[in-house]
Amino acid sequence: MTNETEPDFHAMEGNEGEAAHEDHHHELSFWRKYIFSTDHKMIGLQYGFTALLFLLFGFGLMLLMRWQLASPGEPIPFIGWLFSDETAPGGIMLPEFYNQLGAMHGTIMVFLGVVPLAVGAFGNYIVPLQIGAPDMAFPKLNMASYWSYFVGGVVMLASFLVPAGAAKAGWTSYPPLADIETMGQTMWLIGMIFLITSSLLGAVNFLTTIIQLRAEGMTYMRMPFFTWTQFITSFLLLLAFPPLEAAGVLQLFDRLLDTSFFLPSGLVVSGEVLEVSGGGSPLLWQHLFWFLAHPEVYVLILPAMGIVTEIIANNTRKPIWGLKLLIYSLIFLGFMSFVVWAHHMFITGMGTSLSGFFQVTTMIISVPSVIILSGLFLTLWGASMRFTTPMLFALAFLPMFGLGGLTGLPLGLAPTDIPLHDTMYIIGHFHYIVAPGTILALFAGIYYWYPKATGRQMNETLGKIHFWGSFICMNGIFFPMFFQGMAGLSRRLYDGGASYEFAEGVIHYNPIMSAFAFLLLLAQVPFMINFFMSMKKGKKVGSNPWEATTLEWTATTSPPLAHGNFEETPSVYRGPYEYSVPGADSDFTPQNQP
Amino acid sequence: MDIPYTVKSRPDTGVYNAKLGIWLFLASEIMLFGGLFSAYIFLRMGAPTWPGMIDGHMYTRASEILSVPLATVNTMVLIASSVTIVMAWASLALNDFKKYKMYMGITILCAFGFLVIKYFEYAAKFDHGYLPEDSTFLAIYFVMTGLHMLHVVGGIIVNGYLWGPGAKMWKTNPEQFKHRIEVAGLYWHFVDIVWIFLFPTIYLL
Amino acid sequence: MSESHSPEDIKKHVRTYLMVFGSLAVLTIVTVAVGYMELSIWPALIVALAIATLKSGLVAAHFMHLITEQKMILHLLILTFVFLGIMFILFISAYNDQEGLLAVANLI
Repeated sequence: MTNETEPDFHAMEGNEGEAAHEDHHHELSFWRKYIFSTDHKMIGLQYGFTALLFLLFGFGLMLLMRWQLASPGEPIPFIGWLFSDETAPGGIMLPEFYNQLGAMHGTIMVFLGVVPLAVGAFGNYIVPLQIGAPDMAFPKLNMASYWSYFVGGVVMLASFLVPAGAAKAGWTSYPPLADIETMGQTMWLIGMIFLITSSLLGAVNFLTTIIQLRAEGMTYMRMPFFTWTQFITSFLLLLAFPPLEAAGVLQLFDRLLDTSFFLPSGLVVSGEVLEVSGGGSPLLWQHLFWFLAHPEVYVLILPAMGIVTEIIANNTRKPIWGLKLLIYSLIFLGFMSFVVWAHHMFITGMGTSLSGFFQVTTMIISVPSVIILSGLFLTLWGASMRFTTPMLFALAFLPMFGLGGLTGLPLGLAPTDIPLHDTMYIIGHFHYIVAPGTILALFAGIYYWYPKATGRQMNETLGKIHFWGSFICMNGIFFPMFFQGMAGLSRRLYDGGASYEFAEGVIHYNPIMSAFAFLLLLAQVPFMINFFMSMKKGKKVGSNPWEATTLEWTATTSPPLAHGNFEETPSVYRGPYEYSVPGADSDFTPQNQP
Repeated sequence: MDIPYTVKSRPDTGVYNAKLGIWLFLASEIMLFGGLFSAYIFLRMGAPTWPGMIDGHMYTRASEILSVPLATVNTMVLIASSVTIVMAWASLALNDFKKYKMYMGITILCAFGFLVIKYFEYAAKFDHGYLPEDSTFLAIYFVMTGLHMLHVVGGIIVNGYLWGPGAKMWKTNPEQFKHRIEVAGLYWHFVDIVWIFLFPTIYLL
Repeated sequence: MSESHSPEDIKKHVRTYLMVFGSLAVLTIVTVAVGYMELSIWPALIVALAIATLKSGLVAAHFMHLITEQKMILHLLILTFVFLGIMFILFISAYNDQEGLLAVANLI
């Protein structure tokens, strides 16, 4: 066989990647270094800053809603004049605007705030360091993931500015309403497609990185729990998001090309039969949506559990109780999350067989969560506890997530779910898990890993004020929601239930909850000051100020080396939480210590 | 910077990074098309007749509206292109760059052929006044074949790049280039497999 | 899958590719022929899916080298198909079990 072109052996350096030629310390331009970076640490920071801004924006939307709930029909004070006649004429919020705020608050918090922070920021920054890798497996794909997220975010924000405003059919975008809504709903769908693409590319990257780039000696069972949670989370994103992407395409077709994927025959809108072919099914959307959205809630919680685990091990100076059991529980949880989704749909008219199936699977899925929580609680027993700011947040996570999870039990059983569905009880349930749950864990992570990223520690006093303020206010906002829901108060009511007589007994909570919401905003001020001030004025620290065992602390500087993370690739000899090993020199033994 | 296992396989997993990456991506694509197939099943179960009433005409078989002969030709075209792309990879494994160019070129031409036939198919529908909005059958037909077609276009772009400007890598890093062709081939075979299921489901059942 | 392919290995593979191509062509014709037979829905569905599975199995095993591929990739695919199967089965069950809706309709 003749060779037409022989490979040029001289041009190759026998190196791994094509990028080998570029690795000769030439300074990157501002654009390549900060904006279009392919370095996982920079991309992690990009995700972090963007996500925190979106969280603040989503918080702002919620404050507008809470104002309305506290004083329905009153003009918005101070900033009322900012709003157009389409949204709040004379500063008085229209129901359509309230619905926009609700739909976009949910969408932005989940898809633009929490997941990008938990996975995009923390995952990207920490995972390669924790497994001893020089970067992610596909750095350019990583950059593409971030920019896809950014574009999705811009589209979502821009939707507020189009005629009739942003999406207002809930973060769940249920047809038939979502099919016939105004332009903002189309932009919601387009934004979602960018966000889903970002997550899918990210998932491919995370999974390949964790499987292929673990350092020598880092077996799966020696991987820190935080990396394990990112691993399972990425599987959930990879396999659960695509059906929603499919559904999004179908809904776009319904809206733009007048198809009837989700529109039933004979639908009457405003007194007239809709001129479409019909034959579609609104139920189909719900199944496709929740097929993703249930695993999505585990995407929201798993990284948080991972962060909390790292911090608890570190601040109790103990190995995590039952680590292997926790890892198996995590894997089981990931699998089960795919077969519980219709517990969001108990009132759609399903029969007892289907409902029975989903009730059973939902009850089963509570077991691994309880195991993980119990393992973390048991780790506290006999601990040499250090009440650092990260530890306060991590400790608070445990009972808060516990409460959120327990309030989910009646929701997993159809007879008790039916009266509670679409009431404030649900809002209380999931907010307990995401707000005093995940968000507190994310704050814990920021305080914990800030010294690694900056070489400086955040101020402890400001941290504690931030903690207590946030913890108390979050409970003040969300706890009364359970009472409101049990009294039958529906969610998504723009007047907070003021027009319903049966809600009289629980309406009085609204102003109190809203007051706590505004105080919660105030409680974030010490955090914001601390975050920026400590960059220049924070106490300088070395590579391992918390005396931790995992590789991001023990094998590289703070911040890590820009190129390749490690002076030399670490080798791993032990498990991730070898604290207080009997007979050891100190109360922690790094993973890379022979 | 050197990312390990870009070219060499990692000993314990036996694969190089891009191969794992593409299979993970294909897993997500299986769920994407799977979601659409689920939608098809759900909608068809709910329909009294299929394809059903379209613009006053009652259709009982898909072959009455869609052209089975054209789709059969398209099926053969895609299968042929699957053979040629794996032959392209085999040629590189045998160090025959010229053969690689030929086979990859044929693959891309076959893909264009697929698009041309699709053009005629769609044009026939539009000329008849049959649009996605006219029935759920047409809607799901256009969405599924349309999304598949977009994937064909994506394949053309990637394969075209690897045939043209991307082929320079054969001179500087032949191992990595071979891997790229293998990975592109895996994607292309997936596109073929989706059509292998799509064709009987939509046209024949 | 082994990295180094000797020319003999590749030539054997090429023979396999051509045989698979032939089989795929034949199976396509069979698919269309069965289609023209216009069987009732259940036999038609089973035959069509069986042939399609066989064809894609051949493409996956030989063109995509799955037959010699690492176990990890196969496990990934099995996991994916498990979830796909769950999605199909539960969607179909969900369509079939709308007893609650009918009960409410009867009350009216």
